[in-house]
Amino acid sequence: MPRKICAAAIVTAIGLTGEAWAGTISPDSVEFEDGAIAASLTGVAGNAETGRKVFANRKQGNCLACHQNEDLRAEPFHGEVGPMMDGVADRWTEAELRGIVVNSKMTFDGTIMPSFYRTTNGARPLEKFEGKTILTAEQVEDVVAYLLTLKD
Amino acid sequence: MRQLFAIAAAAGFIAASAQAGPGPDEDQLEIDGLKIVTEVKAPDDHPLDVIYSGWRFRTDETQSLQMDDFENPAMVAVEYGIELWDTPAGTSNKSCADCHGDVEDMAGLKAITPKWDEAAGAPLTLEDLVNRSIKEHQGGEGWKWESAEMLAMTALIGMQSRGMPVNVQSDGPMADWVEKGKDLYYTRVGQLDMSCANCHEDNNGQYIRADHLSQGNTNGFPTYRFKWQGLGSLHRRFSGCMKNIRAQPFKRGSDEFTALEIYLATRGAGLGVESPSVRN
Repeated sequence: MPRKICAAAIVTAIGLTGEAWAGTISPDSVEFEDGAIAASLTGVAGNAETGRKVFANRKQGNCLACHQNEDLRAEPFHGEVGPMMDGVADRWTEAELRGIVVNSKMTFDGTIMPSFYRTTNGARPLEKFEGKTILTAEQVEDVVAYLLTLKD
Repeated sequence: MRQLFAIAAAAGFIAASAQAGPGPDEDQLEIDGLKIVTEVKAPDDHPLDVIYSGWRFRTDETQSLQMDDFENPAMVAVEYGIELWDTPAGTSNKSCADCHGDVEDMAGLKAITPKWDEAAGAPLTLEDLVNRSIKEHQGGEGWKWESAEMLAMTALIGMQSRGMPVNVQSDGPMADWVEKGKDLYYTRVGQLDMSCANCHEDNNGQYIRADHLSQGNTNGFPTYRFKWQGLGSLHRRFSGCMKNIRAQPFKRGSDEFTALEIYLATRGAGLGVESPSVRN
């Protein structure tokens, strides 16, 4: 990853929100380019092994609810609503995958896919989720790191 | 970038065509010799080509439970409904039967509810009609929406319309309610940011994790759900759907859920009433 872009994004994020978490880009400060996000949200690479768990966990990513994924064949009940994840790293770049996980609507207009790192979602959110993102910045990066391991 | 998108689109297309779910099955529903319509060709202005009952999306095991009233776990509630029908209650000390006679005379009611009520200036659901009768005729307090009594009574009354085509009024004063329900159907809600249409119109027939998505038709309610280990109302199902996508549900019996019920009934017009159905 080009370190310069990464640093610029963080500086922008801090500048816009006064975010105290140095190194983490807040949901409101994420910058897209053609649906993609170049810089790591945390400033560092994610952990693919943790990302694999987040992908399957029903209370976290629950990505398996919609996407079949041969790598997680041991887990029951793979959904069919979205495309298969096998070889996803061959089809998309890291920045594009990050953009799709953060807010897929920037890539696929009108998609059913939730935006995993956005605070303003559908109407009437349940109180305990109001203003909250589905995944943390760390979890997004972990999922991205995991997706990058899914090559044909 | 354009090249990348083209490749991605091609990959997406292949994935999409390879993953086509099993859709509805070909089974036909018949209960004690009564054939029930579970498939209707949709009118031209309908978003779907063919309208299917949720029964067609269930496993053979679940389907078979509904095909035999001795196996249908909802029949315990229907029995309770018969008891309630015949039991004097309220300040009048009259039973439903004292005024209405045989419950079989309720045949057809479920198929046309929610139904416009001139006096109320609003459509009334079957639950509303039951409670109005208890309050105005029987001198009682009325039942809570999801109470065992209300579920038993709506199951019993609903069952009298079994096999009749869903035929809720959609014009005249009901047109605004259909429109309001339609707005709700297409509005994205909750942290997961989904509308009813995202699953039940665009992806019915596919699996979402372990759930085989149906078209979300309403002809089987109240329904016995294994997940609930009991009978539940349509508005309970709405509520569960909204919580699943992390949205604050509307209240049971609210104008919003009544409007959605009306809209869904018009979307599923022509399907046979299956109350009380069995689902997972």
